Amino acid sequence: MLFEEILQYTLSGLSNGAIYALIGIGFSIIYNATGIINFAQGEFVMLGGMLTLFFMNLLQLPLWAAVPCAVAVSAVAGLLFERLAIKPLRRPTPINLVIITIGGSILIRGLAMLLWGKDTHALQPFSGEEPIAIANATILPQHIWILMITMLIIGINKYFFYHTISGKAMRACSYNSKASSLVGIDVRRMVLFSFVISSAMGAMAGIIVAPLTMTSYDVGIMLGLKGFCAAIIGGMSSGLATVAGGLILGVLESLGAGLISSGYKDAIAFIILLLILFVRPQGLFGKADAERV
Amino acid sequence: MLKKVLLLALALLSFAGCSKKEEGPIKVGALFAVTGPAAFLGEPERNTAQMVIDEINSKGGIKGRKLQLVVYDTMGDTTKAVQLANKLIKNDKVVAIIGPSTTGESMAVIPVVEKEQVPLISCSAGIKITDPVKKWVFKTAQNDSLAVNRIYEHLQQKKQTKVAILTVSDGFGSSGREQLKEQAAKNGITIVLDETYGPKDTDMSAQLTKIRGSQAQAIICWGTNPGPAVVAKNARQLGITMPLFMSHGVSSRKFIELAGDAAEGLKLPSGKVIVAGLLPDTDPQKKALLSYVSSYKKSFNTEGDHFGGHAWDAVMLLKGAIERGGSNAATIRDQLEKTTQFPGIGGMFSYSATDHAGLGKDAFALVEISKKDWVLVK
Repeated sequence: MLFEEILQYTLSGLSNGAIYALIGIGFSIIYNATGIINFAQGEFVMLGGMLTLFFMNLLQLPLWAAVPCAVAVSAVAGLLFERLAIKPLRRPTPINLVIITIGGSILIRGLAMLLWGKDTHALQPFSGEEPIAIANATILPQHIWILMITMLIIGINKYFFYHTISGKAMRACSYNSKASSLVGIDVRRMVLFSFVISSAMGAMAGIIVAPLTMTSYDVGIMLGLKGFCAAIIGGMSSGLATVAGGLILGVLESLGAGLISSGYKDAIAFIILLLILFVRPQGLFGKADAERV
Repeated sequence: MLKKVLLLALALLSFAGCSKKEEGPIKVGALFAVTGPAAFLGEPERNTAQMVIDEINSKGGIKGRKLQLVVYDTMGDTTKAVQLANKLIKNDKVVAIIGPSTTGESMAVIPVVEKEQVPLISCSAGIKITDPVKKWVFKTAQNDSLAVNRIYEHLQQKKQTKVAILTVSDGFGSSGREQLKEQAAKNGITIVLDETYGPKDTDMSAQLTKIRGSQAQAIICWGTNPGPAVVAKNARQLGITMPLFMSHGVSSRKFIELAGDAAEGLKLPSGKVIVAGLLPDTDPQKKALLSYVSSYKKSFNTEGDHFGGHAWDAVMLLKGAIERGGSNAATIRDQLEKTTQFPGIGGMFSYSATDHAGLGKDAFALVEISKKDWVLVK
């Protein structure tokens, strides 16, 4: 009986964790390119889900067409965000940038509320709602979608950063932006890229999770914070460490809620966050000089 | 000379003020959380209140005097609610206040109306609002305890005595949790598992897995959208077959839409608005319910829910009190207290000196969701 339950907790935790991981990677891509913690990341998660619904309901697009549209629009939103809010800053200090991203998140949330109202909306699951049994534990087809799409995005991400010129240039910027600009890399453009990529990833996370969790204008706050925790556990690496961070967070949350008390579910995430920041600020897997990007 | 002119002007002004008060409309204040987290309450309440007042005015008002509604948006914020209550009383000089929408705001506003001696008809459900009875405070929303009783009664009939409760950790959920625990022993129910979830949680499968492995024969989930829809979906995913009860917090079409197939077979206590058409003709509330539903649909093109109904009741109770002779704050209060057997949206209201909540357990019907619609549970 207990084994069965633990298996269920773990499976639920893994699928939640995959979402946290995807959002967390969005945080670390921007952090590595600019040194900014982009607290508006959660809002792009919200935009993904809400825009998909918008395209499906208003323009009557099928799901497969609405998803790329939603991701593209979110990426444009990320681009505008960088151009209009981050770039014009003359002397960016970390505290200014953080406050600007928080302001930006409130703005995006407010606009979404005015545009789409305050209601919660449900998105149809991609392929049915019949639970799938795995040795007495059950998951939904949507969970498999989440795991597959997360793995796919992480794979593409890895390829982009290690095997394309743009990706390598972005990594170079994260190691040393001054030296990169000396060898002819356009650092500002790489910063812009990082916003576009991470907002698109956030949007994708928001889309695949929406059939399970539903979506509304304010869904980004909590998901954003959990993603931030995942990124911190992973030491702000945009690679596998953050993925592991997200999965660990998801599983611990689920086990904690099941075996200890559900009242502490959110507290667990933030206790882990504080512990990591106190004890291992370089992340769970980081050496003192962590590999970033 | 100047002093004389000023005095004269003052006298004229106050005279003008006096005469205006006599002939002008009766001012009714309203505090609703039209925006913010409780907007799902405040918005239909504001719409309904305005709609009912317009209807009354179009029929010539009450005893020849029109009503004027002064609405302020509290945004669900207790501090704002208190400020705006003061504004309504001191600047707008209203004879009575309808609202606020949430229990927290109502509790914050009570000291103000008690001090200023203006009747308040709250649209929130918290039992603390009228227990103990406060001289100037009434309410229209049904007590949570009535909803809890309705579920427990049904469980007793089915001989299911072991329940697991899953409540949201906000005001609504903790009030429900308190009532669920308090009423349990009296109804011969044992709570074998007491779980909670956060208002923004997106996955409750851990709690439900724990419940699945327990002795419970039924689950009672207490929350407002979207949490309970997630619970319903998770329960379906986990293959939970024991009956799942929801609270009256989700008795709107929105919930069926959100939960989709997972809503099938769920039962919940609800105000009678959503099943107005299904009620037997002998039900004294039926006429009021049908008229509310149809005029709301006509005015706003969506279905009226029981949240708007709380405001309907508040305005109509006030109308009754004024018709019976209430003309200022004190007489309106006295007449409100004399309301007996008024068929409203929330139930049959009978206020008295010892009861300012005014409803009995017939205020709730137990409904089941079947084929994406409501049916009455016999």
